[in-house]
Amino acid sequence: MRIVFKTDYMQDIRPWKDGHQLSLYLILLALVVVAPWILNDFYLGELTNVLIWAIAGLGLMILTGHTGQASLGHAAFLAMGCYANVILLEQGVPFVLAFPLAGLITGIVGALVALPAMRLHGIYLAIFTMALSILVDDIIVLTEPWSGGVSGKYVGPVSLFGLEIDRWGTPWAFYWLVLGVTVAVTLGYINLLRSPMGRSFIAVRDSEVSAQAMGVDVARTKTMSFGLSCMVTGWAGALMGLYATVFNNETFTVIISIQLLMMIVIGGLGSIHGAFLGAVVIGFLPQFLSISKEYVGMVFGGSSVAIPGLEVGVFGLILIAFILFEPMGLYGRWLKIRTWFELFPFYRKDMFKRQKSYLKTERLR
Amino acid sequence: MDTLQLLISGLANGCVYGLIALGFVLIYKATEAVNFAQGDLMMLGAFIAIGLTNAEYMGLPFLPSVILSIGIMGVIGYLLDRFVIRLMFGQSQVAVVILTIALGFVIRFVAGLIWGHEPHALENPMAGGEVRLGDLVLGMEDVAVIVVTLLLTFGLFAFFARTKLGLAMQGASQNQLAAYYMGIPVKRVQGLVWALAGAVAAIAGILFAAKGSVDPSTGLLGIKAFAAAVIGGFGSLPGALVGGLIVGVMEPFAARYIAAGYSQIAPYALLVAMLIFRPSGIFSQTRVKKV
Repeated sequence: MRIVFKTDYMQDIRPWKDGHQLSLYLILLALVVVAPWILNDFYLGELTNVLIWAIAGLGLMILTGHTGQASLGHAAFLAMGCYANVILLEQGVPFVLAFPLAGLITGIVGALVALPAMRLHGIYLAIFTMALSILVDDIIVLTEPWSGGVSGKYVGPVSLFGLEIDRWGTPWAFYWLVLGVTVAVTLGYINLLRSPMGRSFIAVRDSEVSAQAMGVDVARTKTMSFGLSCMVTGWAGALMGLYATVFNNETFTVIISIQLLMMIVIGGLGSIHGAFLGAVVIGFLPQFLSISKEYVGMVFGGSSVAIPGLEVGVFGLILIAFILFEPMGLYGRWLKIRTWFELFPFYRKDMFKRQKSYLKTERLR
Repeated sequence: MDTLQLLISGLANGCVYGLIALGFVLIYKATEAVNFAQGDLMMLGAFIAIGLTNAEYMGLPFLPSVILSIGIMGVIGYLLDRFVIRLMFGQSQVAVVILTIALGFVIRFVAGLIWGHEPHALENPMAGGEVRLGDLVLGMEDVAVIVVTLLLTFGLFAFFARTKLGLAMQGASQNQLAAYYMGIPVKRVQGLVWALAGAVAAIAGILFAAKGSVDPSTGLLGIKAFAAAVIGGFGSLPGALVGGLIVGVMEPFAARYIAAGYSQIAPYALLVAMLIFRPSGIFSQTRVKKV
């Protein structure tokens, strides 16, 4: 077990714990940067998809994982970012401006949505955002002159500083674009968590009453969290649009919202790692299922049969298992395993046990 | 006359929404958890009834199979609570929400595996029957839906307001620990209310399948019922019915008088407006605590 000696006050607010941890992350960064030379185009595309989901997951993680407000409607903001980006591009705005603007617009809309939503909490907020997510499908159809309605929209290659970024023609360029956004968002996120605002997010999540007593403006904090969350989600949506190249009103359904929320629950709520781990599960589950179906077909004879809804069903089962047996998600499991090795042989079973809590009504306040 | 006909068909639809909403409200009232899988439980109840009644499956007579499927769904509800929900005892509501959404996915998948994804209708003796009131022609199914829903709502209302068990359920939701101290078997009460919600879901499913047809994605109707429950005031049984009726009546009228494209968003727009301006619904159950 490594013991970090603190010799400087700066050590407490540095984003990394020690040189060892920093070097591990730098190695990981180097690995993903050179990925286009290692992987073939198919797996590079899959990795890009995982990274895009991870950005969306980071967006939702700000709101749900760190501010404690569950949203079942983030697909609405994905759609918003996607359409804002494409419409700006069609107006002749260069990509280098359109992309950040798409996120900003989504963030501002998100903050505006948050204003009435801030009177709601817990389950009511989840219902409110879910209704938004259902409404967005119809809104896209109704605003057909801009959004293309049911027939949808097509987005071609974009150019960034003279470099042609084409999802099909130059997958490596697109991959690096997504990677760049991911790294930027992640660094911003880490920085946010060190700032007074990030601390107040966590305070609001853990107890609104205590946060208020400590001088945190709860309504303002929640609105900021909503806005930031939607901004990041909007960027993910813009990238999703570029990745899919064709999309219409049915691309961003309420099911996507639910999947997004479930993804960060599986990954581990309240940790940046969780967004990435959840995205890996979501991204590779379809491939994993089709491979294992082929394998089962091979072992038991008979051709591989198509089972409709298998993916969603298996996903639901995985999620139930996680919520019941590992509420801290994949990242929580990793923490436990790591602690077991670090403390060997002194790990005790109840080290991560949560305090027992009892439910009190929300109807009396 | 036209308006009246629209009104009646809207009422019958609204009653089904109201029945699903009743399931939500039952569980919310007694455990303060929100069961997002209620719509899928309704779908499952409908399929169990179809599996027992329809000639291509087991072909039992209508009445016994209805009673049997309500019983089966009650047992399923109890088992769900015993083996899944109870492990979440005392955890945050949002965790339970995510869990029940996942449960809904699994139920939809299982139903799709067993009964396939084509729409099925329940063979029932009411099919094709008509009730004539003057010029008004009502389908037997519509009348049955309205009557059963009214009876059930007021029965449940009386159950919660009058019986010992109903009061115990309300007590358990308001403060689990205090209810324990008062000698209420909180866990068993929670199991019973899930069984009750399962049975109500089966009744809703049977009525729905008799009126039209069901397929595994019918469970998504639960979202509309959800809107109904919120509009009526989450936690209020008559509120659930009223909310369901409002949503149900709104739909045919919106489809007729509002431009296409705007009509299907009417219930959700109402839901959003309701949440912004009066989050506790028509029959508010929220009271300010007096210290």
